[in-house]
Amino acid sequence: MTAQVADMGVLADRGALNSARLTQDARRESLTFLALCSPGLILVGLIIVLPIGWLFWLSFFDESGALSGANYARFFEQRSYVRTFITTFQVAFLVTGLTVLIGYPLSYMLSQISRRAAAICMIFVILPFWTSVLVRTYAWLVILQRKGLVNTWLMDLGVIDQPLPLAHNFTGVIIGMTHILLPFMVLPLYGSMKSIDTDYLRAGMNLGASPTATFWQIFFPLSLPGLAAGIIMVFVLCLGFFVTPALMGGGNVIMWAMRMEQTTSLYANWGAGSALGVVLLAVTLGLLALFHRLMGARATSVWGG
Amino acid sequence: MYSDQALPISHWRRSWLYVTGGLVLVYLIGPSLIIVPMSFSGSTLLQFPPQSWSLRWYEAYFGSVEWRDATIVSVKVAVMTTLVATPIGTAAAYAINSGVLRFSGFIQTLLTATLIIPVILVGIGTFFLYAKLGLNNTLTGLVIAHTVQALPLVVLTVLSGFRTYDMNQERVARSLGANRFAAFWQVTVPQIRFSIVSGALFAFITSFDEVVVALFISGGETTTLTRRMFTALRDQVDPTIAAISTCLIVLSVLLLTLAQLLGRRRS
Repeated sequence: MTAQVADMGVLADRGALNSARLTQDARRESLTFLALCSPGLILVGLIIVLPIGWLFWLSFFDESGALSGANYARFFEQRSYVRTFITTFQVAFLVTGLTVLIGYPLSYMLSQISRRAAAICMIFVILPFWTSVLVRTYAWLVILQRKGLVNTWLMDLGVIDQPLPLAHNFTGVIIGMTHILLPFMVLPLYGSMKSIDTDYLRAGMNLGASPTATFWQIFFPLSLPGLAAGIIMVFVLCLGFFVTPALMGGGNVIMWAMRMEQTTSLYANWGAGSALGVVLLAVTLGLLALFHRLMGARATSVWGG
Repeated sequence: MYSDQALPISHWRRSWLYVTGGLVLVYLIGPSLIIVPMSFSGSTLLQFPPQSWSLRWYEAYFGSVEWRDATIVSVKVAVMTTLVATPIGTAAAYAINSGVLRFSGFIQTLLTATLIIPVILVGIGTFFLYAKLGLNNTLTGLVIAHTVQALPLVVLTVLSGFRTYDMNQERVARSLGANRFAAFWQVTVPQIRFSIVSGALFAFITSFDEVVVALFISGGETTTLTRRMFTALRDQVDPTIAAISTCLIVLSVLLLTLAQLLGRRRS
């Protein structure tokens, strides 16, 4: 009897010992994995979080070093800032609209042709995606500038007498940015179109819907998640785009990112530049958060209902 | 008549779709393709098709000390970035994939944050930080900044490789007496190596093509190729850049083909 009780005591002790060891092991395991992430996390903390946090802090001080909202008030008071925001949003809306307009038919075609043909066509989308933005902007400069290909051809053909102003202005920025951002529209759109179950479409047609009705009432609504993802992606990238407007705009189209570069590099006004950056980041993250909320609701309404 | 995915509509009735799609594909690929023949032009005027052919713009590129130095800087930075970002990204992907890590979703968001944050803000922030640390215009500074830019691609590519890998194989190796690193190196790595190499290729090209951050933090002797191209393009449209662009396009094609081939082996 007493021996049995003693045995049970030993067992209980062992159980406690085991569970303590297991907890310890789990903790060690967790720490090991955290250590594996730490080089990456330290780098991101050092290069992304720390400087951006610092700039955020700086944006609340004016040039004399006093705490103030002057850097933000400037956005509404100075006409040049207001113009920059207007230009940026004009470009963003136009480019997003254009990428939808030409990206949707392309994605639709890719989703309808055979897998093999689509894979070949995809090279045309992926290759520019992985070609330097500089190279592609340079190509557009060569094509669109005053003595560029388009103007030379049109003048040789006698269509125009004077070269058309296609580069170093708003038009050039729009054409170049639409080209560069188009893959960001096509890739999510194609992905979502590819996942649409074609049985729905066949069912619709079997029940007597015309091809047009089938497209608008079944296919189009099911492609909306991809379309929304593409729109958000392109719009957000437009807001902070630098290289193409800087080169294609020829100094005539000042967008948000260019204004940031000017205020910091040219005028060394860190407070003002930081404030621009803070608002840009806030708008970007805000749009992405909005997208997640909308898509979260949408996903449940599409798949749940 | 029609493929499996397509609606039961004849190809003929939707020829408008193929024409539109084809035109958009031309718009996508045309500009890059037009540069290639133009780089072999014999004249200073940029014409298409060129009136005469020569290699003068390639001679101008390879003959110029400035362009050559910038190319060497870019290659060095891209190679070092690849060597740093690949192991760091792979380690992080391994940890995220383990499922043991707390807040792994948050950690993944942090590591891939540079995909979302406007590059211009990263450029200004890095320049500001490096001014305090004395890292502006240094190779070290460039490699660190580019590693952060390349990290998301490595993490995401390797994570996608883990998706088709059964981690139990590593557990078996460990239960048979291998330590964790040996098990990872001898059992896991051989099976996800194509993802790791793809991630490395993406890291290389991210660094090599990066412009905006380099614009702020590189200069003098450490001017990268893209930075020099950007400055040159601001002044005038120099045909030498057509030759450099052609080289960059060829590099992209090569790396992408390699990544595609690896992807096929992977799946």
